[in-house]
This record gives sequence, structure tokens and C-alpha cells, in this order.
Amino acid sequence: MHAVAADGVWKYFGDYPALRGASLEVAPGACVALIGRNGAGKTTLLRILAGLSRPSKGAISIHGRMGYLGHGIGVYDDLSAIENLTLFGRLAGLSKPKESANAALEHVGLARVKDGLAREFSRGMRQRLAISRAFLHNPELLLLDEPFTSLDDRAVAVLQKLLSDARARGSTIVMSTHQIREAMELASDVALLERGRMIFAGPRSSEMLLDPGWLYRTYGDVKE
Amino acid sequence: MREKIVYGLGVLGTLLLLWNFYTIFLVIPIDALQGHIFRIIFIHVPAAITAFVFYGIAVLASIAFLVTKNFDWDSMAVSAVEVGTMFTLVNLATGSIWARVEWGIWWAWDARMTTQLMLFLLYLGYLLMRPAVTEPTQRATMSAILSIFAAADIPVVVMAIRLHNVRTQHPGPVLETGGLAPVYWPPFLIGIAAFLLLGSAMMVVRLHQESSSREIDSLRQELHAI
Amino acid sequence: MAALAIAGKDLRTEWRTKESINASVSFSWVILVLFSFAFDLDREEKLALSGGLLWLVYAFAGALIVNRSFAREVPNDCLDVLVASPAPGWAIFLGKAVACFALLMTVELISLPVFGLFYNINWTAAFFPLLLVIALATWGITVVGTAFSAVTVNVRLRELMLPVLLYPLLIPMLIGAMEMTTGLLNGNAVMSDIRLLIVFDAIFTSLAIYLIDFILVI
Repeated sequence: MHAVAADGVWKYFGDYPALRGASLEVAPGACVALIGRNGAGKTTLLRILAGLSRPSKGAISIHGRMGYLGHGIGVYDDLSAIENLTLFGRLAGLSKPKESANAALEHVGLARVKDGLAREFSRGMRQRLAISRAFLHNPELLLLDEPFTSLDDRAVAVLQKLLSDARARGSTIVMSTHQIREAMELASDVALLERGRMIFAGPRSSEMLLDPGWLYRTYGDVKE
Repeated sequence: MREKIVYGLGVLGTLLLLWNFYTIFLVIPIDALQGHIFRIIFIHVPAAITAFVFYGIAVLASIAFLVTKNFDWDSMAVSAVEVGTMFTLVNLATGSIWARVEWGIWWAWDARMTTQLMLFLLYLGYLLMRPAVTEPTQRATMSAILSIFAAADIPVVVMAIRLHNVRTQHPGPVLETGGLAPVYWPPFLIGIAAFLLLGSAMMVVRLHQESSSREIDSLRQELHAI
Repeated sequence: MAALAIAGKDLRTEWRTKESINASVSFSWVILVLFSFAFDLDREEKLALSGGLLWLVYAFAGALIVNRSFAREVPNDCLDVLVASPAPGWAIFLGKAVACFALLMTVELISLPVFGLFYNINWTAAFFPLLLVIALATWGITVVGTAFSAVTVNVRLRELMLPVLLYPLLIPMLIGAMEMTTGLLNGNAVMSDIRLLIVFDAIFTSLAIYLIDFILVI
């Protein structure tokens, strides 16, 4: 039984197909690097998997608690860090939202500023708050859309630690990325989207790890 | 094929309408009380009935779109709303003219006309909102929602107006009381048929225009993606 | 419960920023003053128009408040986070609707004494029936307004589109509210239209809850 699956998903924006029959099956505990050029459909697919968008055709299935980290920060500027996380804890149905929120803030190094309003945080602090929100309820499935893009060093370190903790717990991760090199190191599986089609989905091989461009050359359009 | 349907409906509708006008203006004996203005009923009431039919088509198409996500239903919904709105305007205009001739005022706030005005306003919002949303799936979904809300409001409108209507000048529901003399039925029914045919022709034209427009947008998007 | 958490969040941020309540209250008072200049009315005329006037003011204030409802979720893509969370769509909707209801009721109850002052109308005589009418009609405005706030959240010219879409839908319900309010302010406890308000509220609350998932997830 897979943790998350997409079966023949099409997504039309008007008559334009952003996704054309994309299929993906992710086993529990896997870490999938979802790669592709801009406009390939990575964000669209992740949003559909996260339940933010309806597929025009096809089906998806998700098992377990899900944590989503999209392009936007996803925190309320007029609430404090602790209030933000407590709210999300309540939405996730946690039994002790405040305690979980405090613990999460400790993990990302924001415990000292927990009563500060999010609008007063620096960009790096806001990023760490956003990351802590996604991991707050110990999700079994993590859907991350280009999570490392424009993070500062501290936030990168925090995210890497949380990801490795999550993997150690057996959580499943689907992460879209532009940074193929870093993604290949973390990933157990790779999925390549090109113009809405899933042209490769399988385990990460040693060729991919050694030469990230190999995947594009082997399976994709030769346009490099 | 499609052109043949459009031409067929359009020609048939136009012929019926012309024949009906001939009947209305030259054949039908005039009403003793109201005079020649009475003839306008053969346009006024069929327009209202036709508008209702097309609004009904619109709400069914909207529900179909939400269920199937097929954009043809969205095209049908918007075409039906436009045609319905057009006939509502005909109804409002003819009603206003009739009021002016009969009672000396252009608008009387009576139950029937107020209901028609409300319908017009409800669906006007629908038509105004569509250009404001650029993304087609969003536009179609929002329109479908609006159309369903508008249709759900109709019983409330009727209820509210019935509670507060004090004016009784508007000629009563002649259809229900069977007060329409037999000689009037044929032009009445033919009027409805003519409007329905013309409305359908217009709807088919609009349907095709919508799907062409969508196709162009998607081709443009594909081009930009290359 | 998720809906309460969201309602609490909306009210808390509103309390901190006071963005919509300040605008709404100020706007109501300005309109009240403006109307009193627009019409030179004697006592009977004022009483006859009282309900209509009050609900015009409340409807304008209401549009300002519901417009903010989903608009406040747009910065930082917070709406995505709400929808992606385990909280069901109807809980998000109800939470926001309840928050709008509380805010609008506050604005209305603050404006009521001002209305009584400027127009020399006694609103305390039949206060509890009046409160019931205000509450039911306010829920009607809120539930349809919040739903349309979600519909128009990404639409161009949202502040303009929302009232254009909202008011025609509300008119039949407002007719009933206006009639009953005029009656109550005139000392006639006529509650014949209460059924209209209840039917309106019932229809649109169920419709909004049923359709909210189509609005939030496109």
C-alpha cells in the first residue's frame, strides 16, 4: 500500500493541459525528488496531491496525516509565532496544541521570540516558522514545493534536520526541486516531469547521483 | 453541421416570429378595454417564459459543470444566461411600455415586474463577474456557484414580493385562471415557440464562440510554454 | 474545534488591527449623517423610513466586513494552508462566517444608538424582538457574504464585485428585515416576515456549506 499515489492525473487550465496523465506511486518511507523544468507541472501536481486543486481527470489517494509547504510562507503576520502554531495545531486536531507549538518552536530555534508577531520577524525567521508549521503535527506524508529555494543557511540546516528526523520516523516525503544535486543526495526515488507528463518514476540510481543531468539526457527532450 | 443547425433554428424561429407578428398586428381582434397596446402581451409574456426556460438551462448546466468538470457545460451555462438576460430585458422593456400606456407611469413596482427586475439583477452579477476572472477553470467554477445561488434565491424573491405586494394593477395570471380567450392561444404559443427557437439559435452561436475562445487561449498558453 | 479556532483567529487579528471594524463603524456613521441631510423629514416620515434606512446602513457596513473575510487569507498564501490542513471546508467557512457575524453585530449595535440619536427614534421599546430581527438578517448577510468573499477572493476589483453580486441576492431578505424593523420602531410588534428570514438563512447556510468545497478547491 502506497503512502500517496496519483493515477492518470490530468489538469486543465482552460483547454491547456498542465498535467497530462501523470501517474506516481510512492511507497511509505520513500523520499521522492520530483524534478522538472519550470512549467513542467511540479507545483500543479503537488497542489493536487495536497488537496488544494482538483484534477480534471484521474484520481489521487493519500494515506495518513499530510504536511504541506508551498511557495507562500503560510503564516499570519498579525499573530505571534506561538499563536500561529497553536492555531495550526488546532486545525490539525492535536490534543495539546500549545505544548506541541512550544516544542516545535524550540526545534527551529524560535523559542525566544515565540511571542513576537510574525510580521516583525526577519525573512529567515519567517521561513523557519513556516517550516515548523509544516512539521508540527508529525505528518506521515510531507509534500514540499521547492522548500530549499531562497532559504538562508540557518533555515536550510533546520529543514535538513527536520527532514532527516522525519525520514528516521518513517515518514514519506515528496519534494519538488530545482537543485537536482542536493535532491539526489536525499532522495530514494526520483520522478521526472516534463510538460505535464511523468516520463520517469523509479528508484534513484548511481548514475543520477554521479551526474544529475543524466536523467534529462536519457529521458527528456535534448534541449540542454 | 453546426452551421446548419444554427441556420435551421434561426430561420424557423424568424419565420414563426414574422408570421406571429402578422397574426398579432393584423388578425387578432383587439381587447375592448386596453386597445391596441394589448398586443404587446404576445411579446411580453413569451419573453418572460423564454427567459425562465433559459435560466433553468443555465442552472442545470452549472450543476453539470461542477459534477463533470466538462467545460462544454460552462459554455452552455454562460450562453443560456446571456440569452435569458436578453429576454428578461425584452420583458422589462415591453412591460414598461405597457405600464406607460395603460397607467401613465413607466414603472409600477408590481409583483411580476419586480420579480423580473430581481432576476435581471441576479444574473447581471453573473455576467459582470465573468470577465473579471481570467483563469478559465476558476471562472467556470465561480460562475456555476453564482448561478446556483441566484437560482436558489428565486423562491425567496417570490416569497418576499408576495408578502409585500400591495399593487394589484398587473393583470392577473391569465394562464392559470384560463382567462385567455381561445383565439389568443395560437399566437401566444407560437410566440413562445418562436422565442425558444431564436434563443436556441443564439445559444448555439454563443456556445461555439466560447469554445473557440477557450481553444485560442490554450493555444496561446502552449505557445508561451515552449 | 477547527471552526472555533478559525473564528477566534479572525477575531483576534481584527482586534489587533481593527482594520475592518474601524472602517465599517466610521462608514456607517457617515452614511447616517449623510442621509439625514439628504432628506428633510418630519417625524412620521422618519418613522416610516426608519427600517429601510437602518438596513441600508447595515448592508453597506456588512459588505465592508465580509469582503475582508477571505481577503485576509491572501497574504502569505494562508488560504492554501487552511485548505490543505485536516480541517474540513465547512469548518473553515463556518469559522469565518461566525467571526463576520460577531463583527457585523458589533458594528450594528454600536451604530444603533447613533441612529436613535440623529433621527430621534426610540429603539429600546421593543429591543429584544428588534435584536432577533437584526441577528437573523445579519446572519443572512454574513453567510452569503462570506461565501461570496471566498468566491471573489482572487477576482479583479474584488471590493467592487462583491457588493454587486451580494446585494441582489440579499434584497428579498432585506425587504423582510426592513419591514419588520420599521414596524418594531413604530411600536407595532409585527413579526410576519420572520419566516422569510428563517427560510433565507436556512437555504443559504445549507447551500454555502454544501458548495464551499467547490469554491475553495478548484
